[in-house]
Amino acid sequence: MGLFILKRVGVMILTALCLTFLVFFLTNLYPNLEKLAKTQGNFRMSDEQVSSFLEKGGYLQPIPIKYGEWLGVLPSYRHTNEDGSVQGRCILPGKTAEESPKFCGILQGFWGYSTVFKDEVAGVVSTRLALTGKLMFWVMLLMVPSALLLGILAGMKEGSKTDRTLSTFAITTTATPEYVSGVIFIAVFASSAVGLKWFKGTATSAMEHATFENFFLPVLTISLYGMGYIARMTRASMTEVMTAQYIRTARLKGVSFPNIVMKHALRNALIAPFTVIMLQFPWLLNGVVIVETLFNYKGFGWVLVQAAGNNDIQLLLAVSVVSVIVVLVTQLISDIGYVYLNPRIRIA
Amino acid sequence: MEPLTTFGIIARMFYQFTSVWVALILLFAVSMAFKRRLGLYGKLYDSPIGMIGFGLVMFWVFTGIFGAMDLIVTQDALSQVSGMKNKPPGTPISGAEEGQYAWYLLGGDNLARDVFSRMVKGAWIVVQIAPLATVFAFMVGITLGLPAGYYGGRLDTLLSFLSNLILAFPVILLFYLLVTPEIVATGVPNYMATVLFVFPIVFLAVLLNSRFYTQPKFRTPLLIGVLGVAIWLYLSLISNDGAIVATDTYWIPGIPGILDLFDIPGGVLVVFVSVVFVNSPTVFRIVRGLTLDIKTRDYVAAAQTRGEGPWYIMLWEILPNARGPLIVDFCLRIGYTTILLGTLGFFGLGLPPESPDWGSTINEGRKLLSVYLHPALPPALALLTIVLGLNLLADGLREESLKD
Repeated sequence: MGLFILKRVGVMILTALCLTFLVFFLTNLYPNLEKLAKTQGNFRMSDEQVSSFLEKGGYLQPIPIKYGEWLGVLPSYRHTNEDGSVQGRCILPGKTAEESPKFCGILQGFWGYSTVFKDEVAGVVSTRLALTGKLMFWVMLLMVPSALLLGILAGMKEGSKTDRTLSTFAITTTATPEYVSGVIFIAVFASSAVGLKWFKGTATSAMEHATFENFFLPVLTISLYGMGYIARMTRASMTEVMTAQYIRTARLKGVSFPNIVMKHALRNALIAPFTVIMLQFPWLLNGVVIVETLFNYKGFGWVLVQAAGNNDIQLLLAVSVVSVIVVLVTQLISDIGYVYLNPRIRIA
Repeated sequence: MEPLTTFGIIARMFYQFTSVWVALILLFAVSMAFKRRLGLYGKLYDSPIGMIGFGLVMFWVFTGIFGAMDLIVTQDALSQVSGMKNKPPGTPISGAEEGQYAWYLLGGDNLARDVFSRMVKGAWIVVQIAPLATVFAFMVGITLGLPAGYYGGRLDTLLSFLSNLILAFPVILLFYLLVTPEIVATGVPNYMATVLFVFPIVFLAVLLNSRFYTQPKFRTPLLIGVLGVAIWLYLSLISNDGAIVATDTYWIPGIPGILDLFDIPGGVLVVFVSVVFVNSPTVFRIVRGLTLDIKTRDYVAAAQTRGEGPWYIMLWEILPNARGPLIVDFCLRIGYTTILLGTLGFFGLGLPPESPDWGSTINEGRKLLSVYLHPALPPALALLTIVLGLNLLADGLREESLKD
């Protein structure tokens, strides 16, 4: 087991390195740098002004060197301006060149400086992640129990009316992407045209003070899309368990139906959904980006859109590192959890 | 003229879709009559769920096709009519000209365009791109997944690592990185198209060669014919105005414009390429898993003993036996691709802003959602029904294919 985890962590680091290099490469293509220069300076910059701006920022070095600087294995670039002042990636506003360290990359714990938010990337990402964490917590709290309940109820008696109804509901939710269900929810529950006005159409106020009224719609929108999938997996594994020999034995012994479901079937039926729930995290990330845009909730997904739209290289890299880590860690947990829950599988 | 009542709107919309209804009834009648001779497709008509799903899907397919032939649309999808901005459904056009449809059936959007016609035109974009992109993703996934599962070893490790790499990427971030005008200007999508679109040719070549290599007299002309057409299509697909990649600083020549069959606008190409790129690793994983399972079967061992080549076994023994799950996944994946196209439109990536695709229309409509519902809801419901149809269809197919 220890070796297995070690191996997986190794692969994880390799994957993260490859992916960040890919992001680095794409964000550092010249047209993107030109856009960065123009959004930082002004939109009417001439070609010479753009290239001198990029030269000063050290953007025109070869990509592997820049990547090394970002990682913190190479000393970072410094540019001496005509007036003798020195600028560079490590030199934050208000500091002098002597005070600043030579190496500044993620190995030194420095994530860079966001050009959009005019703030340190680490701070931006962590505050936004906390907001998204709040959203995700409620999503999980709503999605997982209701999905499991749905799946178990449907899977108890395969082919019954309950099963048909619940399965159709589950299929419908998986067929409704967040931007469709969100729009429908806002239309029905929040707009003045229908007049119900039960909830608020934006979640901006939920960032400080989340109430049922301003936070329920975004949470529901994200949960619904993932819910159907988990419910279908639970249903499939539940129907499989319900046809097993030991369930028949229990029925013949005269154990009551609720007892069979609760004591015999559930434990075995919940192994597969566990993996699925863990693997849902990466998908939820997509949902988060859409819902945060739709409901104007300024969390991690919103930062991703801002960073990508303005080619904020450092921020974009940090965002991709975080999301890659989320994906890979959940994969690891789901693998380990699967082994732990299912004693029939042993990893050497 | 009076505005239409709700009943009037529904009746008129029903009438506009006449061609679709006729096509649907014909299709269902013919299929029902010959359902015993149509294999898995015929069995679909035994499952009510599958039939409903298929009906929903075909409704939008016919809507897309007939809409492109200007049969259903009532107004021009791009032109703006003054005084129709944000007007509710059923509003008559003031001073309609002779021959012009007199109403906006589902109202006007924020730029005074007809919501109904835009929705119908949007169906054509989905019907064109989604199935084709899924086919390409399957070609890539199958061509790489079969050898990875069959040979295993280093090849498998490498390909699995690459596919996990792409899968670990949040899709939206990938789209934001790939589908921007700046990236299009560097020619990255053209390079990706050049690489990705090779796979169908490789697939076809290996498929035919492995089957007929014992009859060289038949194989050689067949291969020359098929590959000739395929490569021509490939070159027409990847080259635009006689160039494969054209940036400010350099360009790589493709085939000259006279031989070029069709040009694909840069925006559509980049959307297409990124959707294929995002989908193919998942297909790869499925095919690889199926191959790992099927290669232990007796008929594979029998083929090996007969001395069949590895590619023959992969493409003519393993692949046909993996078709059930693959067909089901194909339906689901078209739905997923539709969702992805909508996502791209929702974030305003790729397709031009005035394009009537559903994602862009939803994105425009949502900004005024608290006051006007009618611009955003029709495309949202359209997207919902087509994806739901595909899911139900996949469910019906799965049920029917498990029966035998």
